[in-house]
This record gives sequence, C-alpha cells and structure tokens, in this order.
Amino acid sequence: MSKVLIVADVFEGELQGSTARAVTCAQDLSPDSVDVLVLSASGSAAEAAAKIEGVTKVLSVERAENEHPLAATFAPQVVAAAKQNDYTHVLGPNTTFGKDLMPRVAALLGVGMITDIMAVNGPHEFERPIYAGNAVVTVEAPGDQVLVASVRCASFDAAADGGSAEVEALSLDAELPSHTRFVSADTGGSSDRPDLASAGKVISGGRGVGSKENFDIIFSLADKMGAAVGASRAAVDSGFVPNDMQVGQTGKIIAPELYMCFGISGAIQHLAGIKDAGTIIAINKDEEAPIFEVADYGLVGDLFKVIPELEEALG
Amino acid sequence: MKVMVSVKRVVDYNVRIQVKGDGSGVNLDGVKMSMNPFDEIAMEQAVQMKDAGTAEEVIAVTIGPAKAEEQLRSALAFGADRAIHVKTDEEIQPLTAARILAKLFEKEQPKVLLTGKQAIDDDANQTGQMTAALLDLPQATFASAIEFDGDKAKVTREVDSGLETIEVDLPAVITTDLRLNEPRYLKLPDIMKAKKKPIDAMSVEDLGIEEAVKLNVTKTAPPPEREPGVMVEDVNELVSKMKDKGLV
Ligand SMILES: Cc1cc2nc3c(=O)[nH]c(=O)nc-3n(C[C@H](O)[C@H](O)[C@H](O)COP(=O)(O)OP(=O)(O)OC[C@H]3O[C@@H](n4cnc5c(N)ncnc54)[C@H](O)[C@@H]3O)c2cc1C
Ligand SMILES: Nc1ncnc2c1ncn2[C@@H]1O[C@H](COP(=O)(O)O)[C@@H](O)[C@H]1O
Repeated sequence: MSKVLIVADVFEGELQGSTARAVTCAQDLSPDSVDVLVLSASGSAAEAAAKIEGVTKVLSVERAENEHPLAATFAPQVVAAAKQNDYTHVLGPNTTFGKDLMPRVAALLGVGMITDIMAVNGPHEFERPIYAGNAVVTVEAPGDQVLVASVRCASFDAAADGGSAEVEALSLDAELPSHTRFVSADTGGSSDRPDLASAGKVISGGRGVGSKENFDIIFSLADKMGAAVGASRAAVDSGFVPNDMQVGQTGKIIAPELYMCFGISGAIQHLAGIKDAGTIIAINKDEEAPIFEVADYGLVGDLFKVIPELEEALG
Repeated sequence: MKVMVSVKRVVDYNVRIQVKGDGSGVNLDGVKMSMNPFDEIAMEQAVQMKDAGTAEEVIAVTIGPAKAEEQLRSALAFGADRAIHVKTDEEIQPLTAARILAKLFEKEQPKVLLTGKQAIDDDANQTGQMTAALLDLPQATFASAIEFDGDKAKVTREVDSGLETIEVDLPAVITTDLRLNEPRYLKLPDIMKAKKKPIDAMSVEDLGIEEAVKLNVTKTAPPPEREPGVMVEDVNELVSKMKDKGLV
C-alpha cells in the first residue's frame, strides 16, 4: 500500500509545472492515494494543485512564513504533515526548490533519500542517474521506512489538468525557526519566452557565441521558432547570459522535443542535461566536436552564417 | 571564525566512466581521482576568508579510504590549517556522511561548514542540507556569493528562477555553486608545505555515530543509447530534415 505525499513547488504564489510531473511519477507507484502538500502565504496554488489529474487531496498550509520557500522553514512542516497521515512516500521535484528542501526533510525523518528518480520499478525500487547520467543505477530502499525522493522532471510528462480534488486546510504542529530569512529575488525581469524547464523546443548557445551582444542572434532565432533559450556553463560563466539558463549536470536537466545548440562543444556535463531530448541538432565549426557524437543532425559551420540562413529558410 | 570544509575524493570530472559489463558498478581501476570540483570551490572560499581576515582557522574533512589523504593534502595545499580523515573503505551514503560531519561539527564548533552542492560521482546533492538538518542549523545552498557581517551571512543562491538572496544566522551550513569563485592552481611550495601539516585520522566507530540504513544499489547499467545521428551538408538539408520530423 502506497500513500504518497508530494510537496508542491510554488514560486511567487504560483504552482510550478514540476509538481504535475511528480504526480505522474507517483502514479507509477500504483498508489492508493496521491496527496499534494501546498505551503504558501495565500492564493491560488492549492486550487491549481487540486486540478491536477490523479491527485486525491490537496493539503494546504497557509501562513505568512511560507511566502518564500526557505528549506529551514518548510522542512519541519513537511515532516509534520508526513507524520500526521503516515505517508509511505514523500516526493518533491528535482528543481532547485526540491533539491534544497527534500534532503533536509529526509534527514529530519532519519532516512536516506533517492535523488532524481528517472524510473519506478516498484514501490521501493527506482532507477536514478549517477556520474552525470553516464550510468544508471537501480536502487532498493528499505520497505519499512518512509521513502523520501526527488523526481527527475525530465523523465516524466506533466499530469494533465482535469481533476477536482478536495482542498483541505491543514494546521500543523511545527515550530518554525527564525534563523533563515528571505532578502530578495532577482529573476532577471519577466520574459515572454517559453520556460526552459518545460519548453518543447530549446535553442542553446555556448562559448562559441562569443559575447553577450552576440547572444541576441540566439534569442532572435528562438523567438522565431517559439523556443526557450538555454546555454552552456561556459556561456554563463563568461557573462553572456544569467545562471538560470545553464543546461547540464549542475544546471537544468531538460527533455524538449527539439534541442538545437550553437557553439557548444558537448562536454559530458552539458550532455547530462539533454540526454532525453527528442531530436538534438548541433551546429559547430569544429567537425571533431564531441557534440556530433550525440546529435541526431549535425552541421559543421559558423553559427554566424548558419543562423541567418536558417532564419531565411524558416521564413 | 573557524571554518570547516568537507572534501570528497571522486573520479576526476574529465574522465568518461565505464560501466562494468556484469552490472556490478563503475570501473574505477586506474581511473584518475580528484577532489570534487564543488569542494575545490568551497576550499577556495575558505582560504579567501582566511586571506581577508574573516577566518582564523580552516579545517578540511574527508570521509573515505586511505588514499583520500591525497585530497586532504590538496586541501592543505589550498591553505587549510589542518585536516581530519575519517577512514573507511565502505561506500558512505549522504545521511551517514552528514551524521559524521554533524558529529565533527559539534566537536570543532566552527561558525561555517562549507560543502560542495553535489558530489559529481553520486550526484546526490544531499549531504550539506542533511548536515544542517541534523544540527538544526540554517542552510544556504547553491551559493554564488557570500557576505559575512558579524553573526550573520548574506548568501546569494543560484535557483531555477535566477538568483535569490537569503540571510542566515551563524553558525550555518553553506553549499557552493559553480560561480562562487575560481579555485586557484596549487603551487609547488604550497604543496610542499602541505606535507607537514597535521592530519588527524580516525575511524567511523571512533565517532560513535549510528550509520544510516543503506539504500541498496542492485544494478548499474549504461544509460539508454541514442540512435546514431547523421551529418547534413547545409542549412537547406537541415531544414528539410526538420520539416520531415515535424519540428518546424
Ligand atoms: C563540476 C562541473 C560541473 C559542470 N556543469 C556543467 C553544466 O551543468 N553545464 C554545462 O554546459 N557545462 C558544465 N560544466 C562545464 C563543462 O565541462 C564544459 O566546460 C562546458 O560545457 C563548455 O561549454 P561550451 O561547450 O560552451 O564551451 P567550449 O567547450 O569552449 O566549446 C565552444 C565550442 O564552440 C565552437 N565554436 C566557436 N566559435 C564558433 C562559431 N563561430 N560557430 C560555430 N561553432 C563555434 C567551438 O568549436 C567549440 O566546440 C561543468 C564542469 C564542471 C567541472
Ligand atoms: N565522503 C565524503 N567526504 C567528505 N565530504 C563529503 C563526502 N560525501 C559528501 N561530502 C560533501 O557533501 C557534498 C555533497 O555531496 P553529495 O550529497 O554526495 O552530492 C560534497 O561536495 C562534499 O563536500
């Protein structure tokens, strides 16, 4: 019997798409119930969670301290909720929210944690990547302990909307610390571009793009194709684009239908982030670049010539 | 203040690992080992704090086999004053590592524990957060900038939406992200000096902690292979392939 609790990823009051992906992962456990815990200050996130197909119940904890997702504040609440209803599984998404929070939850519950579930073999048997995804291990967790894990969002489609779960206001007996305080957030201004983590098409640039100004041609092509924009670590480190655009082992792991990259060599740490992409297209001026070993279509050429030609061909 | 830094011995980030044919693990014979890159960043942060006069003492800690002394020597060459080696030949999973670090933290009473955000072998991304939880301390994960101010630290964190700044009371656990700094190259005189610095060796039993129940790895497999791709001659050919697949 599996009773699953999913910790919702809420950012600035909005439910993030990663939550619906964790719900899909939870369905693979053939669970008796899948409850979603929404910790927020107020607002619509709990209502949004109730609409996810397959959700049994939404547990909503509204308090001012939950305005910003601080792990130190959230963890005692997740632990209290997990104990209150004897959940067998507590899952979170492998976004920076879940990566920050879930290990703290696991340690407070006194159990080990499985990071990045990519497949469910049974209620206590999972597959997860190690070594930047260059190996996949099958892990068995003890059956007599609560299982805490994060879900690799790129491995699971988002559960559809269409549910109408009950929302239950939950009051928790949890003492919240005051030693950790939110100061500010810098989201780099809002953008109309699709979200990198969930976009169907992603156009990426690397060191080969050369400068922040040059990156405009990547953005321009992406806008033409309705794609999100990503980058290699080298492009971020060089200051061409902000950190939240980094794709890879230590950045975002994505699974778009189309991944098209320009001026990226294809280091293993970068490839770790795109292994699940449907079609990978690489444009690089060096025919020996390792990216061509994984690309479905490779084109040897100068990106500054190829992109204008592409824009023209695409009309 | 006193700063403690955890450093893990891992397969060097440049190595392309091979999975053993019988599925029993990853082939580590003769493979180059190094300090986890995020721990180098943590070491660099600690040593910069020493240079700036913010830290008086830097202690490096590793949990691992006898050979992990190499990584402790590197930490000492970075500029750590002394090191602690918790010796074990067993694979130590994050919760047990966290229990060990928490125990050493209680003994040493540093103001800050710096860990890497993730070890690039298990890619767990857990140990720092777990240690903070066990000690009931604040955590600031994925740090790309740290500013100390008396008994507080302001930490800028790399998060999915961009950057977030939080303030934590000290003592605290901080985990490092890539853009916190660029670790220095170790120079020969520092490497020589490091040979004389003290390493305190102990066993897991000496610390009297309870090891966590292990997650059992039953199989290690190579990742699913992608179909081999093709090279196209020019943009026109590329676009027609994309159209065939319904991608544009
Ligand atoms: C601990 C750790 C974690 C890491 N995590 C990540 C991660 O999450 N994501 C990540 O991406 N990297 C990561 N890296 C870095 C990774 O190892 C590589 O250094 C990085 O991916 C290289 O980026 P790049 O391909 O843009 O740059 P380079 O390797 O320098 O490649 C640039 C490429 O551009 C091509 N080029 C140049 N000019 C042109 C042109 N005009 N037209 C076409 N092609 C051109 C060149 O031929 C070259 O192949 C990590 C490294 C470490 C140590
Ligand atoms: N065996 C170990 N010895 C020393 N430090 C460790 C060990 N395991 C984990 N750590 C620290 O915890 C960080 C995160 O590791 P992990 O949770 O395994 O991804 C590493 O970067 C190290 O700083």
